[in-house]
Amino acid sequence: MNENKTPGASGLIMNEPLLWEKGKKGRCGMCVPKSDVPEANFPEALQGEGPDFPDLSEVDVVRHYTRLSQWNFGVDTGMYPLGSCTMKYNPKINERVAATPALAAAHPMLADEHVQGNLQLMYELQEYLGAITGLPAVTVQPAAGAHGELTGMLIFAAYHKSRGSKRTKILIPDTAHGTNPASAALCGYKPIPVKSGKNGILDAQTIADVMDEETAGIMVTNPNTLGLFETNIRQIAEVVHAKGGLVYGDGANLNAVMGIIDAAKCGVDVMHLNLHKTFSTPHGGGGPGAGPVCVTAELEKFLPTPRAVKDGDQFKLEYDCPDSVGRVHGFHGNFGVLVRAYSYIRTMGPDLKKASQFAVLSAAYIKERLKGTLKLAYNMPCMHECVFSDEWQQEDKITTLDIAKRLIDYGYHPPTIYFPLVVHGAIMIEPTETECKEDIDQFIDTVKKIVQESKDNPELLRNAPVRSKMRRLDEIQAARRPCLCG
Amino acid sequence: MKELSELVFGKDVRYSDDHEWASASGETLKIGVSDYAQDQMGDIVYVELPEVGDTFAKGDEFGSLESVKAVSELFLPVGGEVVAINEALEDEPELINQDPYTNWIIEIKPSDASELEQLLTEDAYRELLKG
Repeated sequence: MNENKTPGASGLIMNEPLLWEKGKKGRCGMCVPKSDVPEANFPEALQGEGPDFPDLSEVDVVRHYTRLSQWNFGVDTGMYPLGSCTMKYNPKINERVAATPALAAAHPMLADEHVQGNLQLMYELQEYLGAITGLPAVTVQPAAGAHGELTGMLIFAAYHKSRGSKRTKILIPDTAHGTNPASAALCGYKPIPVKSGKNGILDAQTIADVMDEETAGIMVTNPNTLGLFETNIRQIAEVVHAKGGLVYGDGANLNAVMGIIDAAKCGVDVMHLNLHKTFSTPHGGGGPGAGPVCVTAELEKFLPTPRAVKDGDQFKLEYDCPDSVGRVHGFHGNFGVLVRAYSYIRTMGPDLKKASQFAVLSAAYIKERLKGTLKLAYNMPCMHECVFSDEWQQEDKITTLDIAKRLIDYGYHPPTIYFPLVVHGAIMIEPTETECKEDIDQFIDTVKKIVQESKDNPELLRNAPVRSKMRRLDEIQAARRPCLCG
Repeated sequence: MKELSELVFGKDVRYSDDHEWASASGETLKIGVSDYAQDQMGDIVYVELPEVGDTFAKGDEFGSLESVKAVSELFLPVGGEVVAINEALEDEPELINQDPYTNWIIEIKPSDASELEQLLTEDAYRELLKG
């Protein structure tokens, strides 16, 4: 491989201090015209020290943030194969649509008749997500994945309460998302961990052994965090339903199966989706997320209020739902995110399914081409992500962390490491459908080159990264003695 | 990561399958984690401790260790009441990495002292680690 062809290179990066260390007393960004009204005395009780803001010129501020942005690595910079996170490219048309003044500037307290377009968009998005999952009733209020899980657990609790059934526990497989136990515990359920089978997927018998009438149900991530499809999901759902429980589907990994599986037919009763993963809205530091929750018709009455509904030719917000778990977000959720996801679904159209097919193909291709280089955690057909470990590198005393840091030098954001916990030294790679074959090949060649370096010159890995602005950070000290002041 | 031959084992301690150890000191037992456990976890950055007076059954989760890689639950190898916690770990969690046997995590008054005898001896624990 020609090293010059990898994205990573070194270049001049500007240092930049904190804003408080810049500027000078009296400097200002813009001058406000002199006041032409008499000064009024401010009540003394409201007077005090003003906030500690530095005095800066406009160019000080612009350079500050431009320089900080150059230290960043985003999906607009390069490949970001962060497993479990679906860091797909965010098409710019979505931003353009979301910035439309009619959508962006609408005040959430406007009367329904003045925001028909916004309500129509929310209503149609609910309909689309219902069609994609097979679970017809949808709320778009939750602000993120874990918030969707919490909403789902509130619905579980409301459902059991409505039947006069008191349940205290919830089953959580070791291959479920890490936030699941916390979401359930917040609703008063005690999480009962369930071990996955030898091949990384759940066995219906294991569930049958622990499912009882004090258990509210199960939270399954499918595909699971190993990137494997839970092929026994129907039998598992039958076992859970037979004891009066409900099945929660964590839809964070929907990018593998969008338009391909029908969650309702799999026996799932409640499922959240991450619009900031599967539906290409900005993710992580890029902005707020959205975690809509889709449920069966039977559970519709428990969904949070208000929801956008269609009444004849008109759209309105429906508040009158006496069985609802109530509001889970101010106003209508993260509306700007909903607009982006709506734009994504409309622009993709029938090709949404293809996005999942290519996402799975990309991951399977990486798995096949790297399985002789890194130890595969489970040699099974993978979905949209594949999990390796550092087992073969142990003889050279090279760890997953060293490999991840060396990838930075070559211009890649490292994959997810040390997760899922069931794989020792896990390296979880999720390329998504937005990387082309040439870029995936280059990534694969880079990983192979790094593994070769680990044998020939392991110090290269232990010292990595060397080309980034900061070298290897002392994450231990950062965790033990964090410096939290600016 | 240490090889089996590099691992340190405690003096007069018994081990659980979950890599905790228990050691008798008079009427009470000191509880900690094995060298294997601290080595696998890597640098520990936070120790979540129970409160004195809390009571747990054998196998109950009594706290957790957080490393830069993950959070691991701590399971009590012998049931009983917490009579002391190692407060030094609150400020210096790295003590567990430095010496996991001197730096015990909690001290308990066992509800059934015979449970200690059911734990693994050093030889049996070595066998477990061999896998």
